[in-house]
Amino acid sequence: MTADVAVLGVGMHPWGKWGHGFVRYGVTAARAALADAGVEWRDVGSIVGADTVRGGYPGHVAGATFAKALGWQGARVTSVYAACASGAQAIGAARAQILAGLADVVLVVGADAAPKGFFRPAGGERPDDPDWLRFRLLGATNPTYFGLYARRRMAVHGDTLEDFAQVKVKNAAMGALNPYARYRKRVTAEEVAASAPVADPLRLLDICATSDGGAAVVLSSLEFARRHGAARPVRVRAVSTVTPRFPNTVLDLPDIATDSAAAVAPAEVTFRASIARAAYEEAGIGPGDLSLAEVYDLTTALELQWYEDLGLCGEGEAAKLLREGATAPGGRIPVNTSGGLASFGEAVPAQALAQVCELTWQLRGRAGGRQVPGARVGITANQGLFGHGSSVVAVV
Amino acid sequence: MPRIRLPAVANWFTGTGEDFRLLGTRCSDCASVFFPREDVHCRNPGCAGGALVEVPLSPHGRVWSYTDGRYRPPSPYVSDPELPWRPYTLIAVELPAERIVVLGQAVPGVTVTDLTVGMDVRAVPGVLYEDAETTWTTWHWRPVEVRT
Repeated sequence: MTADVAVLGVGMHPWGKWGHGFVRYGVTAARAALADAGVEWRDVGSIVGADTVRGGYPGHVAGATFAKALGWQGARVTSVYAACASGAQAIGAARAQILAGLADVVLVVGADAAPKGFFRPAGGERPDDPDWLRFRLLGATNPTYFGLYARRRMAVHGDTLEDFAQVKVKNAAMGALNPYARYRKRVTAEEVAASAPVADPLRLLDICATSDGGAAVVLSSLEFARRHGAARPVRVRAVSTVTPRFPNTVLDLPDIATDSAAAVAPAEVTFRASIARAAYEEAGIGPGDLSLAEVYDLTTALELQWYEDLGLCGEGEAAKLLREGATAPGGRIPVNTSGGLASFGEAVPAQALAQVCELTWQLRGRAGGRQVPGARVGITANQGLFGHGSSVVAVV
Repeated sequence: MPRIRLPAVANWFTGTGEDFRLLGTRCSDCASVFFPREDVHCRNPGCAGGALVEVPLSPHGRVWSYTDGRYRPPSPYVSDPELPWRPYTLIAVELPAERIVVLGQAVPGVTVTDLTVGMDVRAVPGVLYEDAETTWTTWHWRPVEVRT
């Protein structure tokens, strides 16, 4: 186990398609997080930005951009990129600086203004780039990978389209209660079934949109938090940012093939499960200790996959867990009380931070109509393109 | 003038008809197989790194999963925006000998309703797109027995 760091403040800019630049979203979120923490920007010793994503690769440098927009004050600056996992990497970098004694207070910011339509690779002729090749040779958009995973679950575990739709119904009901969500309307299973097919077996309402948004977190040492008057702050207890282990046997974006397991036996658990396992080990907890989880529901079917990868149930039992209501409000382990990506859409570098914002509000008991009674331990889970694990455990 | 046939990606497949094969590489030290081909260094972290030798992959495999693309993908996928979009089918295929899953388009005409997980399929030569001078070739997966 590593030492904890305190979450002094969190803030977000509402998700949507606002037509502004990412800096505006990030600065709005940063100012909200600083106000929530009761910390002045000039007293922040370090800023870590999660870079925007363009065509699968880093877009704009975030750390210095936000520092400049907030007003240069000489802070230590860091920018990180790990695609969808960028926010967790930013928290990981901030935590390391605090635990190493390099900074007392670190501001972590992620924001993006997402382009319309499918995510597409960077331009030009780049036949040495797997992200370019999968579009060129196969037309394999992100939703087609999601379709492969969903069909595989149906074939192997017996999940149904109705199960997938019920994930959307559950998350939309929570998103309707979240002022930062983009979609704040309940959705019915009939509406999911009537939406346009995108990548068999998935329909439009099974798949998350691309959104604008910004999220920020102020972290500090526990000693600073005490001096600052935060006697019992929410604490980050683990940050998992692991890679896969060779051979990685689950087809992963943007790859055209898995590793071969002919010469080396695969690890006991898949990459996604190993992300959570590393977080649990670092935090010294197990799935039975969780009050809630925020998982990366790029699709309805992927949310079910995360139930198993987090160990909330056995392999193949996710749909049963959902049907029992265990992951709904009032259930044994509510999942995506924020409304999830189903209600937010994805603002890539902000999304893993938004998950931590939700944990923080829940653990403070300030999540309003979404509150999980007596929440004490929460986990986030996410996976970034090219092999980036992402999971944060927060406790109070 | 007839178009010349060129592979859409160099050295990933070879042969025609029954002799068509995907090409990977195999580490001469640990025997790990790589597709797409790895020509620089073996990626097995437990291997000191032997010479990487080109190797044809098994032509037959089993469907791991499948899906389709109902909307026109963005560039660099090549399609004629003047023509109505025709969905294509993608199949992820597990090759038992290599214990690897390889993604590919299905041969034209095969839809998701023709497929089941576990079905036998075979790698066959296919056409990705054509321009004025060139027919750009690729690999396709073809069900061994298309159900009727």
